[in-house]
Amino acid sequence: MSSAFTKSAARNIFYGGAVFFFLLLVGLSFDTMQTLPKRDNRENLNESAIRGKHIWETRNCIGCHTLLGEGAYFAPELGNVYTRRGPDFIKAWIQSQPTGVPGRRQMPNFNLTDAQLDDLVEFFKYTAGIDTAKWPPNIEG
Amino acid sequence: MKYQSQAVAKPYFIAAIGLFLGQILFGLIMGLQYVVGDYLFPAIPFNVARMVHTNLLIVWLLFGFMGAAYYLIPEESERELYSPKLALAMFWIFLVAGAATILGYLLVPYATLAEMTGNDILATMGREFLEQPLPTKVGIVIVALAMLFNLSMTVLKGRKTAINLVMLLGLWGLAIFFLFSFYNPANLVKDKFYWWWVVHLWVEGVWELIMGAMLAFVLIKVTGVDREVIEKWLYIIIAMALISGLIGTGHHYYWIGTPEYWQWWGSVFSAMEPIPFFMMTLFAFNMVNRRRREHPNQAAVLWALGTGVMAFLGAGVWGFLHTLAPVNFYTHGSQITAAHGHMAFYGAYAMVVLTMISYTMPILRGREANSRKAQVMEMWAFWLMTIAMVFITLFLTAAGILQIWLQRIAAEPMGFMAAQDQVALFYWMREITGLVFFTGLTLYIVSFFVKGEEARAS
Ligand code: HEC
Ligand code: HEM
Ligand code: HEM
Ligand SMILES: [Fe+2]
Repeated sequence: MSSAFTKSAARNIFYGGAVFFFLLLVGLSFDTMQTLPKRDNRENLNESAIRGKHIWETRNCIGCHTLLGEGAYFAPELGNVYTRRGPDFIKAWIQSQPTGVPGRRQMPNFNLTDAQLDDLVEFFKYTAGIDTAKWPPNIEG
Repeated sequence: MKYQSQAVAKPYFIAAIGLFLGQILFGLIMGLQYVVGDYLFPAIPFNVARMVHTNLLIVWLLFGFMGAAYYLIPEESERELYSPKLALAMFWIFLVAGAATILGYLLVPYATLAEMTGNDILATMGREFLEQPLPTKVGIVIVALAMLFNLSMTVLKGRKTAINLVMLLGLWGLAIFFLFSFYNPANLVKDKFYWWWVVHLWVEGVWELIMGAMLAFVLIKVTGVDREVIEKWLYIIIAMALISGLIGTGHHYYWIGTPEYWQWWGSVFSAMEPIPFFMMTLFAFNMVNRRRREHPNQAAVLWALGTGVMAFLGAGVWGFLHTLAPVNFYTHGSQITAAHGHMAFYGAYAMVVLTMISYTMPILRGREANSRKAQVMEMWAFWLMTIAMVFITLFLTAAGILQIWLQRIAAEPMGFMAAQDQVALFYWMREITGLVFFTGLTLYIVSFFVKGEEARAS
């Protein structure tokens, strides 16, 4: 790099740029938080769905599945599983694990009660209603 | 070694390498579970192996960063570390906490672990990469703060250079953004939004400062190029990193319920994120070409050049591949993401830590460089691991393209599991290549025990 461009000029660009773009990020985040009520389906985030999220987290479902495309890529996307499979299938599925099919990927049994399964279903109903700008491309996730 | 207290770096580096080995073993277990689905089930379910794999990765990189800091900050500041005892105490705390956490994952059902460790008081667990129980998260904060205090006191009382200031700033950023891991709102969209303030603002933000400082430090040492030149490069690189990377966070806000303007902000700014990585490549090659000395540690020079190239490929090229919103619509959460995650983490952060270890370990063991024989072995390890990672990335990319085609684009979309069956061949090839990687890592570890006549500057 040319010597006319000094180290202290470079340093100033760094500090100036960092501060400016961090503040811009904060500003955009603030705006996002204002816009969220229109998109994040909070009206369906009831007590049951909140408990469902807690069950989702404490069983580490994200360690095999993606949820809205984030997580692990070992098992099906679940953000839209409520739409794909419906509540009864979801409950029956979770209860009947593992399939024990030789060589097939396995999902553990978490010994959940019926109430806990209802909470999970409520959570999936809530996630399926979030406005994700039409992602995923189709129902398979 | 110029200062006695730099010696605390050594246990940090040894622990880093040990945990790296553990990480790869669990990677291989998962790689097999991808194709033999019931392998080790139910003893080690996939999600448990994954937590161990990714958490070990993060912990060994943190050990590497800390070791690097304890080595380079005294040298740059031209004084002894403020408190070597504190640094050593933190080493043991971090190691014990890390080991206990991994054992917890392996031995206790996750729900029980959560209950035992106070997750009901403050729920932070069960989110990707942030699976650690509350006490571990608090422990990470304590260890980081003690380290920052120790290092800041050292720098305050000593010489201030661009390298030690940038390193310190990067580490402060690391600690501060980690605090977002304690924020876990019930609202999934907000949860995800701030989750990225840890994950993205780490790897595409403050960690780039740490990486830049480490690379600059080693390049000064092995090339003898003028500090003014190197530090100017460093500032430009990290300026570009933050200018592009902060708003670049938007490339994670396309499909998680956030407003659609992020598709523009995220695409435009993250499209510029490869620039700092490309500059790192230029930086490394330029400095080595302008070298004023032939450093006897040629392995360290190789690692430094390799970091430049592989970070650009993994983060820059593979990042760009899926960062524009219309592309990401199809690739989001597919094997493409896994391909990029692997090469980026390896090429940037694993390799920069290995660069630092390669340069410092011989010195910490009382010689300027290892014997020719040991270096040749280390360079074999470099090539085996690096080429294996290139192929792992290519196989996962192939699997990803097919997966997307079958499951997301074809007129009659296939279900997830059916599509996985179709691409199994690529998973097999990834696993075999993983074994090559493992061989490289084994050779790397063996190279530390190879004796022979010390290499000298030519
Ligand atoms: C060890 C990995 C693993 C964990 C942990 C896991 N799953 Fe699964 N899950 C799978 C696999 C693999 C499948 C597909 C199995 C098959 O098709 O045979 C699956 C399928 C499902 C399905 C059916 C999806 C569909 O579209 O057919 C649902 C619903 C589900 N899982 C929910 C959950 C929930 C809820 C949790 C956490 C409480 C969880 N899973 C944890 C591996 C896992
Ligand atoms: C060498 C053999 C390796 C194998 C077989 C392997 C295998 C795997 C597998 C199967 C996953 C889970 C993917 C999923 O969610 O479905 C994973 C995740 C991950 N691995 Fe590895 N791995 C290896 C080495 C490495 C190395 C060397 C690094 C980095 C230095 C690494 C970093 C990661 C990261 C960051 C993730 C999370 C990826 C994401 O969320 O997109 N792995 N690995
Ligand atoms: C060394 C730096 C980098 C590292 C270590 C890294 C690592 C990762 C990892 C592990 C993920 C997966 C996260 C998850 O599990 O959901 C990811 C996702 C992503 N990365 Fe990077 N990355 C780096 C740089 C970049 C750059 C420079 C770009 C863009 C040019 C980029 C673009 C993306 C995108 C778009 C995703 C989301 C993928 C998806 O939608 O599924 N990354 N990165
Ligand atoms: Fe990112």
